Amino acid sequence: MEWEAVIGLEIHAQLATKSKIFSGASTAFGAAPNTQACAVDLALPGTLPVFNGEALRMAVMFGVAIDAEIGRKSVFDRKNYFYPDLPKGYQTSQLFHPIVGPGHVDIELKDGTHKRIGVTRAHLEEDAGKSLHDQFPGMSGIDLNRAGTPLLEIVSEPDLRSAEEAVAYVKKLHAIVTTLGICDGDMSQGSFRCDCNVSVRPKGQEEFGTRTETKNINSFRFIEKAIKGEIERQIDLIEDGGRVEQATRLYDAEKDETRSMRSKEEANDYRYFPCPDLLPIVINDDYIDQVRDSLPELPDARHARFMEQFGLGDYDAGVLSAYRNLADYFETVAQVGGDAKLAANWVMGELSKFLNSNDLDIDDSPVKAEALGQLLLRLKDDTINGNAAKQVFEAMWNGEGDADQIIEAKGLKQVTDSGAIEAMVDEVIANATPQVEQYKAAEPEKRGKMLGFFMGQVMKASKGTANPGQVNKLLKGKLDALCD
Amino acid sequence: MFEKTLAELAQGLNNGDYSSVELTDAYLNRIKAEDGQYNSYITVTEEQALAQAKAADETRAAGNAGPFTGLPIAHKDIFCTEGVRTSCGSRMLDNFISPYNATVIEKFNQAGAVSLGKTNMDEFAMGSSNESSFYGAVKNPWNTECVPGGSSGGSAAAVAARLAPAATGTDTGGSIRQPAALCGITGLKPTYGRVSRFGMIAFASSLDQGGPMTRSAEDAAMMMNVMGGFDGRDSTSLQMDSEDYCADLSKPLDGLKIGLPKEYFSDDLNPAIAQQVQAAIKEYEALGATTQEISLPNTALAVPAYYIIAPAEASSNLSRFDGVRYGYRCESPVDLEDLYKRSRGEGFGAEVKRRIMVGTYALSEGFYDAYYKKAQQIRRLIKQDFVDALSQVDVIMGPTTPHPAFKIGEKTSDPIDMYMEDIFTLSLNLAGLPGMSVPCGQTNGLPVGLQIIGNYFAERQLLNVAHRFQQATDWHHLSPVSAGK
Repeated sequence: MEWEAVIGLEIHAQLATKSKIFSGASTAFGAAPNTQACAVDLALPGTLPVFNGEALRMAVMFGVAIDAEIGRKSVFDRKNYFYPDLPKGYQTSQLFHPIVGPGHVDIELKDGTHKRIGVTRAHLEEDAGKSLHDQFPGMSGIDLNRAGTPLLEIVSEPDLRSAEEAVAYVKKLHAIVTTLGICDGDMSQGSFRCDCNVSVRPKGQEEFGTRTETKNINSFRFIEKAIKGEIERQIDLIEDGGRVEQATRLYDAEKDETRSMRSKEEANDYRYFPCPDLLPIVINDDYIDQVRDSLPELPDARHARFMEQFGLGDYDAGVLSAYRNLADYFETVAQVGGDAKLAANWVMGELSKFLNSNDLDIDDSPVKAEALGQLLLRLKDDTINGNAAKQVFEAMWNGEGDADQIIEAKGLKQVTDSGAIEAMVDEVIANATPQVEQYKAAEPEKRGKMLGFFMGQVMKASKGTANPGQVNKLLKGKLDALCD
Repeated sequence: MFEKTLAELAQGLNNGDYSSVELTDAYLNRIKAEDGQYNSYITVTEEQALAQAKAADETRAAGNAGPFTGLPIAHKDIFCTEGVRTSCGSRMLDNFISPYNATVIEKFNQAGAVSLGKTNMDEFAMGSSNESSFYGAVKNPWNTECVPGGSSGGSAAAVAARLAPAATGTDTGGSIRQPAALCGITGLKPTYGRVSRFGMIAFASSLDQGGPMTRSAEDAAMMMNVMGGFDGRDSTSLQMDSEDYCADLSKPLDGLKIGLPKEYFSDDLNPAIAQQVQAAIKEYEALGATTQEISLPNTALAVPAYYIIAPAEASSNLSRFDGVRYGYRCESPVDLEDLYKRSRGEGFGAEVKRRIMVGTYALSEGFYDAYYKKAQQIRRLIKQDFVDALSQVDVIMGPTTPHPAFKIGEKTSDPIDMYMEDIFTLSLNLAGLPGMSVPCGQTNGLPVGLQIIGNYFAERQLLNVAHRFQQATDWHHLSPVSAGK
């Protein structure tokens, strides 16, 4: 039988506010346990929440960006359950009247076509703290630094049909929230994490199968693997005569498998009701228009512009527009260096290579965009050649100065004095009798390849600074003259 | 000295008749000597009180005294007080020393007031008799076999027994007005949002409101000048300019239109109560007011609606008391579930547990629409009743309670009977309206309270209406102490 997967995703994006959603405590990551938890976050008796307007602005930015209905009146509800890292015994969330209503995003499929994915809703809520089970023998530690961090939970329609589609959707949302600057998008720190609802059904059947929910997956790769694995597990189960149980599952990245966390029977009755400590959030069209006017250029628009304005290919434009900071970096390099294609090659090539091998983010690059642009200028105006440019880049990466300083210090300035180059060419030819003889003996069409040896010798003699075009031209002329 | 009102004591301090230290010391000694028979205080903060009094005297000597500088008062033990146990009348918080001050406490501190201590109360403000306190029942100073009312029973008894010139209270369904009535003092529940709830331990967030419990309307106005005002830390706080609650106290009452709800004067009403309240209304007519019968048709629905909404909110508000971060924790829990069950089972008393269970049930999947949602609809109807009535009249009057103070233990076995004690008071909390109780008579040596209900934000008018009555009558001067009780 042919099976079809039905996938819906819930994404928790941590909003990049400075303080928490209902208190003034800092949201910065990585502080010592419980140093960023104030009386409100600790849920001391008598404390009350005060809503952070910045979280509202960010949620509305997202809603406008995905062309969604914005809730003119949204309401916070309490989701009641007991857990040690949930200090109030309830999570403040939005069930009945979310801030963002139905919207959509478009994803690109492998065959180049586009598919529209529905976003059911996005609502504001507070994060819980963390339980630490392995640090105190026989006890659990509670760290409430994260408690009260604002989250935007983005719920998709069950429109996705494969793990690849799901990842394309997640990447698109990731590009949107990072471009908007409302989420740092750091998946390893849990700033952007995903719950996957997966079911399978015989192809052609309209009714959905029983779904499972796999929680808190924190990388694009794990999302793809977890969904693939869960689809296979469900199909195998049904084909073996079993039934899928509605359950919450956990993805184990080490074993690359999902396992059951709790079944439907064990699920809580959350007793949602409107939070009486918070007033409904009422916003008007003016507010929404102001937010709309403040939006930066969105990834789809930037992608299209990169292709049109800079003549980049679809793939390059897509990669360079997916992250706002990367896109900004690229545009600065292109502007300073005066050549967008060259800039794209360097950002996606040499720069990415160095960032990846040092596990750094574009924001942390020791080579700033302006500096890289200056380097490309020197390449463009023939001050240095491509080979020297890579040496200069590495030196810049190591903090040895700007491009001009390094070119000067290392003597990498390209030699374009034809007399000097000719002298080096003559010397190489004079000292390579066997190779010259081989060259002469070769068929004329094979001689081109053999030129490489002589090129290498001349470049070596010039310590890489000779203009390769000039060297090539001179070598070819002199060697071919010997053949006559 | 102990028979003086706040206003009179302020005068005495200004005149130099006594210092704040002398005044405070006198009250502390009186509490030590007398409170054994009333149990109105949970914690007496002698050292802090004397330090505050000393500071107040220095402020006065420096010429910087305000209207409240050096005046001693007591606070209901529901207001978090930095460095002081804040128990909320519960074993759950018996070990809780608050690391911060409630806004109300902060405001009194800034005004230079002296805090004598923290008064007894029904556990988590749940009760109408002050019998549910972990620290034992409070006795009514007029008859120590009787309850003082609740939940602010300790504050009411302390003021009535002259163990504090005034006190703070909170009112979720009548918890200021009912004990004020049963103890013969003056109590004001302001419009919802007038007094900050920050640091006031929540029972039912949409109903809770702090207010003054005093000897007179004038004192209540003085207290409101300190307590009231917008607070950015409470999202439900009213964003209104602060006002002088004393400004309108003496306005004449000529032409005041008083509405008398027929539902409040049914044949079931205790005849002695009815008689005293009618006499008070006659007094108002003599002061120039007119009366007319009005109707609040949904009055009968108030108690059932209230006992869905208040427990529902409470069940959620009290979830934070879980034995994890502060408060009571059971001995040697074997696992997390055991920790939760025993900490909460042992830390909460019977009435609190009853309300948590009722509220949890009312919010459960499948029952939400039938209970919580329906109760909210009724709440809107009740509010509309008042809005309609207050478009015809200036204030509404009636009895504060259906009975005078009852015997300790009399109603503890029948929760419903106890809940009916608040039948006249809790509608106002559902509607968010301000209301007062002022002493208006006695029956068998027990005080009777007149409830005055005003429109939203009409506290100054209520205080004016109460003050003029107190200028014309002596009920608020009656003292169980001078009566030899």
